[in-house]
Amino acid sequence: MWNRSKKEEEFTPKPMGAPPAPAPPEVAKEAKPMSTLPSRGLEPRYENPHSAVLGKSVIVKGQIVSKEDLTIDGEIEGTVELQEHRLTIDKNGKVRATVKARELVVLGTIHGNVDITDKIDIRKDAKLVGDIKTARIVIEDGAYFKGNIDIVRPEPSRQAAAAQAAKPHAVSPSAPTPAPAMTAGVGDNKR
Amino acid sequence: MDTRNSHGLDQFCSLLEERPGLAILDFAGASQNTITFVTGQGHRLCSDDVLLQLDTCFGDALENQSDPFKVEDFVHAAFDFPEESFDGALIWDTLEFLTPQLLARVMNRLHAMLRPGAVLFAMFHAQEHKQPIPSYSYRIQDRKTILMTPRGNRTPASFFNNRNLEKLFQDFQSVKFFLTRDALREVIVKR
Repeated sequence: MWNRSKKEEEFTPKPMGAPPAPAPPEVAKEAKPMSTLPSRGLEPRYENPHSAVLGKSVIVKGQIVSKEDLTIDGEIEGTVELQEHRLTIDKNGKVRATVKARELVVLGTIHGNVDITDKIDIRKDAKLVGDIKTARIVIEDGAYFKGNIDIVRPEPSRQAAAAQAAKPHAVSPSAPTPAPAMTAGVGDNKR
Repeated sequence: MDTRNSHGLDQFCSLLEERPGLAILDFAGASQNTITFVTGQGHRLCSDDVLLQLDTCFGDALENQSDPFKVEDFVHAAFDFPEESFDGALIWDTLEFLTPQLLARVMNRLHAMLRPGAVLFAMFHAQEHKQPIPSYSYRIQDRKTILMTPRGNRTPASFFNNRNLEKLFQDFQSVKFFLTRDALREVIVKR
């Protein structure tokens, strides 16, 4: 009561019987757009609207080969191959398959061995049971993982190696290199 | 999150850094810190949350650990690895929560899963506790520092004095103790 802010006073509810007053146009202009969707970081499928989506009522048994990013929210059994693309297992997604992709984001469940050329991102409450082969891995607290992690160092391309060799050593050898604090593995982000 | 300095872990790491590309088994479950540390040393990590498996198989009651069918389920779920698969094992304090019958079965499997010359790191309370004690999820921050995330209380099923520890690891080549200030014995065992 004593610390009642101006804002609270402005939004004091009106009595039930009172007719609804039309909102002044100024208020409508100031109102921010609201969304009931979760934050963007938790829903990777919205990051790329052009990725293919297998919805939560979809069940596939067999081989999936995709030449674009794919989000799985349904159930898959078999193999999934997305060379050079990103696979997202969404919250409802249940995958029992061998997976090959450039990048993997797991929010749901996956049973099977995973071969990823760039990066695996295992989010909170996600479950991955199987062996992982990847260049980099990020695992959030609360994620469950059981299996082997094999960090594979990507071979640098010939052009990159030549450029590196031609580059003069500007940094002294004693200078500390920044450690990848939250990511295990090596290699550049290809995104 | 608590931290503790660990001479035992330091010793474990120094024994492993002589050779790169080793296979390390971690009983604490997957965490970004441990993955980053172990794979950063050039080793392969195999991760499983054994206490979670213990709860899944036996529930809260220690008496359940004497059920031979449940024991086999647990061993199959948590220790289903080929013989001589690992060069190092981070056991943490897991063994304290196993009743003698289950412990014998687990030690048998551990001995089989480790290669000759492999190193094992474990921790044991130096005092007997019959009441539940704080339980932690352990992660490696660096070779001398362990991060401890609380995960509730748990009743120890066994107490190990020096004599018991020597008996527990009698099939192994050597046992080395580090008594710490917080009344924990850190143990380095060589297969």
